[in-house]
Amino acid sequence: MSHFRIDIRQRAEELVALYPRPRSAMLPLLHLAQEQDGYLSDEGIAEVAELTATTPADVRGTASFYDMFHLEPVGRYVVGVCTNIACLLAGGEALLEHAASTLGCAVGATSSDGLFTLEETECLADCNIAPVVQVNHRYVRTTTPEAFDQLVEDLRAGKLDHDVPAHGTLIRVRRSTGLRAPREQVAAERAEARQAREDRTPKETQ
Amino acid sequence: MATLSAPKIVSSRAQFPDSHTLVRYLATGGYTALAQALTMFPEQVAAEVDAASLLGRGGAGFPAGRKWSMLRKSPVSYLVVNGDESEPATFKDHFLVERDPHQLVEGVIIAAYALQVSQAFIFLRGEFALGLERVQQAVNDAYEHGSLGSKILGSNFSLDIVVHPGAGAYICGEETSLIEALEGKRGFPRIKPPFFPAVTGLYGEPTVVNNVETMSNLPWIVRNGGAAFAALGVGRSTGTRLFALAGRVKNPGVYEVEMVKNTFRDLIYDPALGGGIIGDKAVKALIPGGVSAPWFGPELLDLPLGQDEVAGEGSMLGSGSIVVMDEDTCPVRAAWRITKFFSRESCGQCTPCREGSGWIERAMYRLEHGGGRVEDIDLLLDLCDNIAPGLTWPPQQTTICVLGPSIPSSVHSAITMFRDDFLAHVEHGGCPHE
Repeated sequence: MSHFRIDIRQRAEELVALYPRPRSAMLPLLHLAQEQDGYLSDEGIAEVAELTATTPADVRGTASFYDMFHLEPVGRYVVGVCTNIACLLAGGEALLEHAASTLGCAVGATSSDGLFTLEETECLADCNIAPVVQVNHRYVRTTTPEAFDQLVEDLRAGKLDHDVPAHGTLIRVRRSTGLRAPREQVAAERAEARQAREDRTPKETQ
Repeated sequence: MATLSAPKIVSSRAQFPDSHTLVRYLATGGYTALAQALTMFPEQVAAEVDAASLLGRGGAGFPAGRKWSMLRKSPVSYLVVNGDESEPATFKDHFLVERDPHQLVEGVIIAAYALQVSQAFIFLRGEFALGLERVQQAVNDAYEHGSLGSKILGSNFSLDIVVHPGAGAYICGEETSLIEALEGKRGFPRIKPPFFPAVTGLYGEPTVVNNVETMSNLPWIVRNGGAAFAALGVGRSTGTRLFALAGRVKNPGVYEVEMVKNTFRDLIYDPALGGGIIGDKAVKALIPGGVSAPWFGPELLDLPLGQDEVAGEGSMLGSGSIVVMDEDTCPVRAAWRITKFFSRESCGQCTPCREGSGWIERAMYRLEHGGGRVEDIDLLLDLCDNIAPGLTWPPQQTTICVLGPSIPSSVHSAITMFRDDFLAHVEHGGCPHE
């Protein structure tokens, strides 16, 4: 029986079909598993293993390499504050400290109401609006303590639900089509193109 | 004064709020370059890119045309776009994927045609949630428009593009690590040789890996010709380039300027660009090409923004990121934070990188936070020398990939340029700036 909801399972199968080898869908599938459960549950990992023709141990070993995958439950909102070089020069450390105090949890921990998980991140590539804050990998562009507190209030009140979906939901735009260039057709086209090139090359070099 | 007469090759649409949509793209010449390319022979398209002398915009600066020419002949081959932009303070690909995703997609289709590859993957950093959505939408639109998929624009060329999300790992910007991630594995860089994925890449097949900005230049190059591109810039550094300016400047941002025609001073101080230093303070140091690059002092502000010019002074233009530190910046803290980053992101395969980065980070930490000793300065240099023997630039390599030899850059620079600051930290028992 599938642990994935029927819609997630369908999207998962569509993803696998896009790659020459099923294992290549590993990272997208792990993101999907996180979309359903908010983190990587044992059941989610087992299903990704089945879909990629690997083992749960292999999936877990792969997932643990990547910062975005959580092997333990996290808050509905994962708040990342950057302290890398550009943000360091803009007061990122102070903002991180402020965030910990506002959320009432240490860096790396989840608030007692289970709503927020706070992370110190590496560079998030938005350095012109530093220090950079992301919530569930959405740039929220709150660079001051006041703006950060307002953000937390708005998140609690559900005012940002449209912009910031619950943790795990990464890509809301679904691919509209499967592969359109079947291998045999591509092979025939390439063979024809190669032949055409061979035919014209001697002429051009004369 | 900065020279700003060059055309905007990759950032022309950013002025429009709907720059990411197909409607805007088509209204501003979108997909005409593809139509034009499809009337040419694939090798003619490649020849234009060669004539443009387009240097890869990812960090290494390898000529894109030369990379293409190395693609091993094989019935199956792949094009992979590297959008894993994670070099600290680099944010130009972020700008391109969010603001002009169709330009990227058109560039990828053009490159795929020139290379005659079977399938293309756009690998984007997982933290780019909006960028992933915009590029996926652009790919969807391109299928709908007929510029992607089966028999593109009525030609005898078919191609699929798959948008692939990363999941948070700096090392996946290294092309063989990226390929491992695309194969669904931990992002461990592959042992070289083979040095180039063009020989053995994805699934062991020939694979070209190009950066997002490199791809985004292609529509303009096809429309205007490689010669027009090569006419911009000086010497080997042709065309324009996106510079991500960050740190203690009044107007940090992404600026497209002609290569070599402007200097670091122009970029940092011109009112139309960086606008000067916050509080009109003095520049203490700058990082010219991402945190893997050795630092420059203010005496090099008048150096032109060109690949060879910066290399000639012992650093690199790298990823096009420029970080400015002002007179109040603590160089020990800056170098410590950069080392902490490398220590965290080391994949752990090679001992010099895995152990060295942590050891350097701990020594830098105690200097900055109290407990540092005078001997730590020589210890740090010794550790750096163990990772990149001789501390030369370009560095010697003791590791599988270039993450290792990137670690010493900031620490070595900080000690060489600001030894007095290190001594003050020892005397003060921590950071005197606090």
